[in-house]
Amino acid sequence: MRPAAPTPPTPREPVLRVENLRKHYDSVRAVNGISFHVCPGEIVGLLGVNGAGKTTTISMILGVLEPTAGSIHIGAVDLLRHRSRALSCTNFAAVYAPLPGNLTVYQNLRIFALLYGVHNFPARLKEVLDAFDLHKFRNTKCGILSSGEQTRVGLAKAMLNRPRVLLLDEPTASIDPASAREIRSTIRSYAARTQTGVLWTSHNMYEVEEVCSRVMFLSQGEIILAGDPRTLPAQYGKSTLEELFIGVVHEPLDFGAFQS
Amino acid sequence: MNLARIAAVPLRQFYLYRGSAARFVPVFAWVTVDMVLWGFMTRFLGSLAHSSYRFVPALLGAVVFWDFLTRVMQGVTTAFFEDVWSRNFLNLFATPITIPEYIAGLLSSSFATSMVGLAVMMAVATAAFGLHFAAYGAMLLPFVLVLFLNGMALGVAAIAIVLRFGPAAEWFVWPIPALLSPFACVYYPLATLPAPMQWVARLLPPSYVFEGMRAVVSGHTFDGAYLVTAFALAIAYLVLAYWIFARVFRLAVQTGLITRYSAETVS
Repeated sequence: MRPAAPTPPTPREPVLRVENLRKHYDSVRAVNGISFHVCPGEIVGLLGVNGAGKTTTISMILGVLEPTAGSIHIGAVDLLRHRSRALSCTNFAAVYAPLPGNLTVYQNLRIFALLYGVHNFPARLKEVLDAFDLHKFRNTKCGILSSGEQTRVGLAKAMLNRPRVLLLDEPTASIDPASAREIRSTIRSYAARTQTGVLWTSHNMYEVEEVCSRVMFLSQGEIILAGDPRTLPAQYGKSTLEELFIGVVHEPLDFGAFQS
Repeated sequence: MNLARIAAVPLRQFYLYRGSAARFVPVFAWVTVDMVLWGFMTRFLGSLAHSSYRFVPALLGAVVFWDFLTRVMQGVTTAFFEDVWSRNFLNLFATPITIPEYIAGLLSSSFATSMVGLAVMMAVATAAFGLHFAAYGAMLLPFVLVLFLNGMALGVAAIAIVLRFGPAAEWFVWPIPALLSPFACVYYPLATLPAPMQWVARLLPPSYVFEGMRAVVSGHTFDGAYLVTAFALAIAYLVLAYWIFARVFRLAVQTGLITRYSAETVS
């Protein structure tokens, strides 16, 4: 009996589709016509120096910054036309956006559960507290937690609504290496299990290599390189991703930047 | 409108009030102080006048109503300031909450706190100074409603100012009731004001309420058309205030101010 032919992979619709996205402030082109997508379960790294346009891009995907041009789709939902519906399927964590310090972990998560329309909150609360080892801080005010603990609370908030798209802006920036490894592992398994698409920014190239299946280098608002972080350095004659990053910073023209 | 998202805003206020005496005590402390101060002032004026003028319902009642409007406005602004003070804009506005839902949440939060304040004022004014709210008859509810609508409009306009000009603009907001009170004819009849100020007063819904209140306690009739005008103005100002806030929010999203609010300006 002949073995059955392998089932062709189902084409995966991107959970996040960004097309020709621009944000201009007068003469400054913060983001200049970038296009990319993130598929279900995929973790995509958005890399670049400070001011390259990473946070501007994330802010536009979060609906808190209006693009000058272009489109953003969360699944099939156009963010610019159906902001509320699109944002119910996204979430984010960033070191510069801690949760209110004058509320406890429970209170913050309760409020964001209402805002994101989370069903069966007690069960979901238990899951996210388990995932980020936060049970002992349940009734502690967020403001008195260490920065690493606050980051974990932010990540718990980010996963509360089981987002289809998760935006993580330097999620491990203030965390010790051991906890950072645990968090990376939690996020990776979460993304794989739930098929959540993750857009991840980081300046830690080791981390990016470990978690991202694809990276994009952003420089002066444009994507100048994209590919697999494990093979990309060799393609450009570099031995590590960090070397490639430094090369992109110092000689962006060598990598095809700003030729359009 | 999603009720759960609306409920998140007052729930946050509830948690904050429950966990902080610095927030909870002012809900009733300052209005109690006002009642005591104006209660004795009213008694003193009553002892001087030797007339049939009913100072308690006319003057102390006016203080109750004006404080109520002030508390409604501050209920909206304080709930908004909590998001400013805790730098919560990015977390909040990256959720699916819409502007109508956010405003509805702020208003419901203000409703709860201002009703506590009103109940305390009514209790103190009645128990200590013999103010009987029955003196206002059937007009009591419409008077309170007009002041509530106008307090909400002032609160929403005030938070639009703060959103537009940054956290420091908070200091524009606190004196708003004091700036309006001379025109609102809280303590004296409209006819006391010079003609140009009367024109301004006629644009303010509270001036109709206080004129009406004095008319009712003096046993005069109060023209229903004035009440309709007061309601129409109060609703128009609330709609206008909402429109201004929505415009300012849109501008803040276009310029990136929401993401960099602590900078106060992005220019």
